[in-house]
Amino acid sequence: MSTAATKSMTLGEGGTALAFAALAALSLIVLAQAHTPEYSFHAFLFLAGSAAAAFWILNRYFERPAALPPLTVDGLPNYNFGPVKFATIAAVFWGIAGFAVGLWAALELAFPALNFDLPWLTFGRIRPLHTSAVIFAFGGNVLIATSFYVVQRTCRARLAGDIAPWFVVVGYNFFIVIAGTGYLLGITQSKEYAEPEWYADLWLTVVWVVYLLVYLGTIKRRTESHIYVANWFYLAFILTIAVLHLGNNAAIPVSLFSPKSYIVWSGVQDAMVQWWYGHNAVGFFLTAGFLAIVYYFVPKRAERPIYSYRLSIIHFWALIFLYIWAGPHHLHYTALPDWAQTLGMTFSIMLWMPSWGGMINGLMTLSGAWDKLRTDPVLRMMVVSIAFYGMATFEGPLMSIKAVNSLSHYTDWTIGHVHSGALGWVGYISFGAIYCLVPWLWNRELYSLKLVNWHFWISSLGIVLYITAMWVSGILQGLMWRAYTQLGFLEYSFIETVEAMHPFYVIRALGGALFLAGALIMVFNLWRTVYPRGAAKPSGRVAPVADAVPVLAR
Amino acid sequence: MNSTYRALAEFAQTWGLLYFVAVFVAVLAYALWPSRKREFDEAARMPLRED
Repeated sequence: MSTAATKSMTLGEGGTALAFAALAALSLIVLAQAHTPEYSFHAFLFLAGSAAAAFWILNRYFERPAALPPLTVDGLPNYNFGPVKFATIAAVFWGIAGFAVGLWAALELAFPALNFDLPWLTFGRIRPLHTSAVIFAFGGNVLIATSFYVVQRTCRARLAGDIAPWFVVVGYNFFIVIAGTGYLLGITQSKEYAEPEWYADLWLTVVWVVYLLVYLGTIKRRTESHIYVANWFYLAFILTIAVLHLGNNAAIPVSLFSPKSYIVWSGVQDAMVQWWYGHNAVGFFLTAGFLAIVYYFVPKRAERPIYSYRLSIIHFWALIFLYIWAGPHHLHYTALPDWAQTLGMTFSIMLWMPSWGGMINGLMTLSGAWDKLRTDPVLRMMVVSIAFYGMATFEGPLMSIKAVNSLSHYTDWTIGHVHSGALGWVGYISFGAIYCLVPWLWNRELYSLKLVNWHFWISSLGIVLYITAMWVSGILQGLMWRAYTQLGFLEYSFIETVEAMHPFYVIRALGGALFLAGALIMVFNLWRTVYPRGAAKPSGRVAPVADAVPVLAR
Repeated sequence: MNSTYRALAEFAQTWGLLYFVAVFVAVLAYALWPSRKREFDEAARMPLRED
C-alpha cells in the first residue's frame, strides 16, 4: 500500500521550520550590526542553531513515514521517550560541568591565584556559571526529563506535540549555552539567578510557554480521570516560573544590536521583585518541581502507595500559598519597608508546616518497606534527600527570623544552608531519579548497585564536610563582623575575617571534590548501564552471540 | 498616591485575607471529605499500577 501520496507537512513542522528560517535571517542581521564582539558571537550561535533546527525539521519530515506515530499501540499508550532521554543525558552532562565549576570557584576562594588573572576565570564570572549550571542546567534538565516521563506515565497518554517536545528540550539547552558562555564573556544583567540578558530571556520565554503547552496538552489527552499529585507540583513549577521570569526580567534593551538592557523597576522595588523571583526560584524550581519527583519516584521505587494522598493535596496547596510571600526575608534591615520584611519572615516561618508535612508524607511512604533501605542504595539516596529537605526547610525559616538573620546574612552560613538544600535535597533526589530513569528508559538493569553505594557514601561525606565547614565559617564571620572593642571600634578588619575563613574554605573545597567524585562514579555506572561491556563494539567474543539467541527466539 | 495605597492595603488585609482563608478551607474540605477516601486511596497507588 502506498501511503506516500498522502504525506503532508504538519502545521508544527512547517511553522517551526519557517520561524527558524526567519530567526536565522534576523540573527544574521544582528551578527553584522552587533555593538560588541561577544554579542556577535551569540548572534552567530543563534544563526547556526536556528539554521540547524530548520534543516533538521525539514530533513526529519522527508525521512519520516506519512503517518505520525500513533497515540496507542495495541491499546497501550505509545510513549514518547526520545526527549526524556535527551534531557536525562543533558542533566548528567551539565551536572558534572556544574559541580566541577563549583569546585573551581571554591578553590579560587581558598587560593585566589587560581583565577590566573584572566577576566574569564574571575570568581565574579565563574560563580554565576556554577549556580546556573547546577540549578538551571542540571536541575532544569532533571525536571524536564522527569516531568515528561511522569506526565506520560500517570496520564497514560503519549506526550502532546511532535516537534514541540523536542523544541522544549533542545531549546532549553540552547538557552543554557547562551547563558553560560555569556557569563564567561561578561554579559550579565547582574540579577542573581537571573543573570542572562534580554535576548536569552526572550528565547527562554518562548521555550517555557511551549513547555507549559506540551504539559497541558498531555494532561488533556489523559486516559486516567484523576490528575496525579506529582503533575500538580510540576504544573505549579512550570506556571510560576513563567510568571516569575516575566516579572523579574521586564527589561528594555538599549538596542536590538546591543546585549545591554535596563530593568523597568527602580530602587527598592527592583530589589523586592528580584527576591520575589529569587526566593520563588527556590520555592517553585528547587522545591515544587523536585517534590513532584518525590511523589512519583519514591512510591515507585519503594513499591508502596503514598502514605497519605490527602496530606499530599494539603501539602501542595499550603506550600504554593505560602511560598510566594517569603521573598522579603532576603532584604532584612534594608530600605524595604519594615512591614514587608516582617511579612516575609512570618510567611517563611509558616512554611515549616507544609514543608514538614511533605517530608513526613515522603518518609512514611516507606512504612512497610524500611528494610529496602539496607539493600537498595538508590532508595536510600532518595530517603536521605527527603531528610535533607526537612533539615533545610527547618534551617531556612530559622534564618529568616530577623534576629538570626542579623548574624547569618551575608555570611557563609547562607552558603552552607543553600548547599544542604542543593547537594542534599535537590542533588540526591535527582541522582535517585536518574538511577531509576536510565534503566527504565533504556530498558536495562542498572550496571552496579555497589557503585551506587560508593557514590552515596563518598558524596554524603562531601556534603557533611561542606555544610559543617560553612556553618563554622559563617558564624565565625558573623561574630567577627559585629565584634566591637571597649572603645566602640570594630575589633577586626575585613581582611582578618577573610584570613580566619581560609581553613574552612579548604575543607569546603574538599567536600565539593568528594561530591564531584561521587557524581563521576554515577556517570561510569550509567555509561555501563546503557553500553554494557562487550555490547558497545561487536568483537568476536562469545557472550554477545549467546545473548543473541533469545533475542531471535522472541 | 497615599490614599490609593491605603485603600489597596485595607482591601488586601481584609478581603484578601478572607479570600485566601476561604480558598484554603475549600482545599481542606476537598481533601478531607469522607466520600473521597476511596478515590484518593486509588490515586495513591497510581505510580504502582502501570503497564
